Amino acid sequence: MDLNLTPEDLAFRDEFRAWLQANVPKDRAEWREKPLEESFPYLRAWQRKLHEGGWAAVSWPKEYGGRGATLMQQAMFWEEMARLEAPPMANALGLGLIGPTIIAYGTGAQKKRFIPKILSAEEIWCQGFSEPNAGSDLAALQTEARLEDGHYIVNGQKVWTSYGWVGDWCELVVRTDPTAPKHKGLTVLLVDMKSPGVAVRPLRQMTGESEFNEIFLRDVHVPAENVLGKVNDGWNVAVSTLMHERGAYGARLILIFKRNINRLIELSRVTEHNGRPASQDPVLRQKLAQCYAEVEIMRLNQLRAFSRITAAGAPGPEGSIQKLFWSELNQRLQQLAQELLGPYGQLAGGDARAIDKGIWSYGYLRSRGNTIEAGTSEVQRNIIGHFVLGLPRSY
Amino acid sequence: MQFGLNENQEFLRDSARKFFAGECPIAEVRRLMETDTAFDAKLWAKLAEQGYTGIIFPEELGGVGLGIVELILLMEEAGRALLPGPFFSSVVMAGALVDALATKDQKKKHLAPICRGERRSTVAFLEAEGSWDLADVRLTAIDDRLQGEKLFVPDAAVADWILVVARNGVFLVDSKAPGIRVEPMHGMDLTRKLYSLQFDNTPAEKLGETTALSRPRAIATAALAAEMVGGMHRTLDITVEYAKTRKQFGKPIGIFQAVQHQCADMYLETESARSAVYYAAWALEHHAPDAAAAVSIAKLYASDASRTVSNRGIQVHGGMGFTWENDLHLYYRRAKASETMFGDATFHRERLARLTIDVEALSAQRA
Repeated sequence: MDLNLTPEDLAFRDEFRAWLQANVPKDRAEWREKPLEESFPYLRAWQRKLHEGGWAAVSWPKEYGGRGATLMQQAMFWEEMARLEAPPMANALGLGLIGPTIIAYGTGAQKKRFIPKILSAEEIWCQGFSEPNAGSDLAALQTEARLEDGHYIVNGQKVWTSYGWVGDWCELVVRTDPTAPKHKGLTVLLVDMKSPGVAVRPLRQMTGESEFNEIFLRDVHVPAENVLGKVNDGWNVAVSTLMHERGAYGARLILIFKRNINRLIELSRVTEHNGRPASQDPVLRQKLAQCYAEVEIMRLNQLRAFSRITAAGAPGPEGSIQKLFWSELNQRLQQLAQELLGPYGQLAGGDARAIDKGIWSYGYLRSRGNTIEAGTSEVQRNIIGHFVLGLPRSY
Repeated sequence: MQFGLNENQEFLRDSARKFFAGECPIAEVRRLMETDTAFDAKLWAKLAEQGYTGIIFPEELGGVGLGIVELILLMEEAGRALLPGPFFSSVVMAGALVDALATKDQKKKHLAPICRGERRSTVAFLEAEGSWDLADVRLTAIDDRLQGEKLFVPDAAVADWILVVARNGVFLVDSKAPGIRVEPMHGMDLTRKLYSLQFDNTPAEKLGETTALSRPRAIATAALAAEMVGGMHRTLDITVEYAKTRKQFGKPIGIFQAVQHQCADMYLETESARSAVYYAAWALEHHAPDAAAAVSIAKLYASDASRTVSNRGIQVHGGMGFTWENDLHLYYRRAKASETMFGDATFHRERLARLTIDVEALSAQRA
């Protein structure tokens, strides 16, 4: 056990910190104020800048434009980004999930065709996985693809597609063999979203925004060379993408959670409860301390998972622990914020009396989705039960 | 950065697990818990032979000179085995205390024999109020004599020396000194016996000031949390094994999600407690500025988690879990006793609040 940073880690952090300080946009507070549609070109330009500095995909191998960064260095990258409140990159799914899957499963031609434009944000990627009748039971998906004259003809519907409205390309999971068992008849296609027959509709969520889309596919022609991995081996390709989703995503959340609990502690000093600052209320002190402890444990769990993944060489089911932990913790944290702020907690951004421009009202609503998106808490517990503890499969 | 164990640490953990499995199987735990003191001289001699009684103490005193992380790994295995008797009280509580505040001569006299396994000691802290806050200690030594009462003292009947925390210092009392009365208190944990101590003009030797208590106390708290993690992991293992083999409705009960999810939560809580404990050990070893907070985080999380894990374990076992014959209640009892020892979750949340919420604390940290 050695929790000191290595000289390589320190050098990595110092180099990025210096670069970021010099290059992070000065007007970065403003993009958040605008709807995502308006700020998207700004996020694209920001990613391009990171890419020019060689910082867009630090986790990727050097030969594909990354830096071959260790997991610890990846965590430091996100910490530095969060510390300076740098905007996110436009092509989050391309960089975080789909690029790594193409690197792992793609042909030489596919890598050459897609990877550079993922890095430069020239082509934005979205993920076509869930369907109206295939959520937790992803392998039950029904969107079908038939091979005809060198093209797959795709018909079906996808839902909960992030970045669908701006996506140039989609990692689409389809059924290519309806006679095979459900996990065995799937294939992943790389689909041009500008193809005839693709229709995208916004999906309004309970926060009032539309982060996600529905995608309708009617006789969409996809060239056979756009199969990622092997035909009918799509389940393994898709799972590889999901592993990245469950593993890496938690790392960047830690700093956000730290910032939120520290902000709540600050607010507790200036918020009156029963005639004294909330920070002196014995019950709220207990809850703040518990939340502080859990955010710290989330960080420590992450560090231990990094060491295990590094030793094992690939992300495994420990991502499920992280997902379960952070999603439920965020709901507790947001509830604590509401309790602390009392009637003010509900005020949304537009209200002059809203605390912190309404982030706590939004955060409370948004956190409700945390235990559902990227695999429900129930599915994560199934994964731990079966893959970690070796209990028999329940379904 | 490497938050896993190195080869030596893995070796220590594995050999400790093997040692406890061989020398202190659960049948032996059950035999000892039925005795008055839960102490066995032969087992103690073997612990000393392994070097465990001197694990973190300097080699010139007959110790092994290992670090806090190694101590934590050993405690985890001791907790897994539900090791009965005075190992924690004598080596960790008392040993670390003497090591922290005694003079060189006092250490030679009172720590070296503990390292060698020849003598045992314990620490008397709690009084009638039952508070783990040092400010609540009332007992005061006058002219190196003690008059009054200490409660919930672990393993006092098999201790040669008792370290008494008083308002005006930490005092060493010979357990055979005049005016001392040791009586059993009947606690829930049958494997770690508790005693009340009455002092009537009992002679005591001052070891040092109470200001030096914080580090040995932090070490003992982290070590106890590690022991709790070991117990949690054993409870999880027993429960998962049972869920795989016990059949109802024609199927192993582990196939039902209601059962699986209990086990998944046990796993999550056990691993999270372990992360917190390992970090606390590392922070103490390296005198990190957040060591005190890390110890409180470890103890508050382990206190709640060991209770819920042992609850879930028994629940999954159904009626079998409620029997005397099943071993889970032994872990359940230990979990409850350890939950309050050195402060429960509420106590440590308040300590953490003082370190993180109170403005004075923050500005002091920055200064």
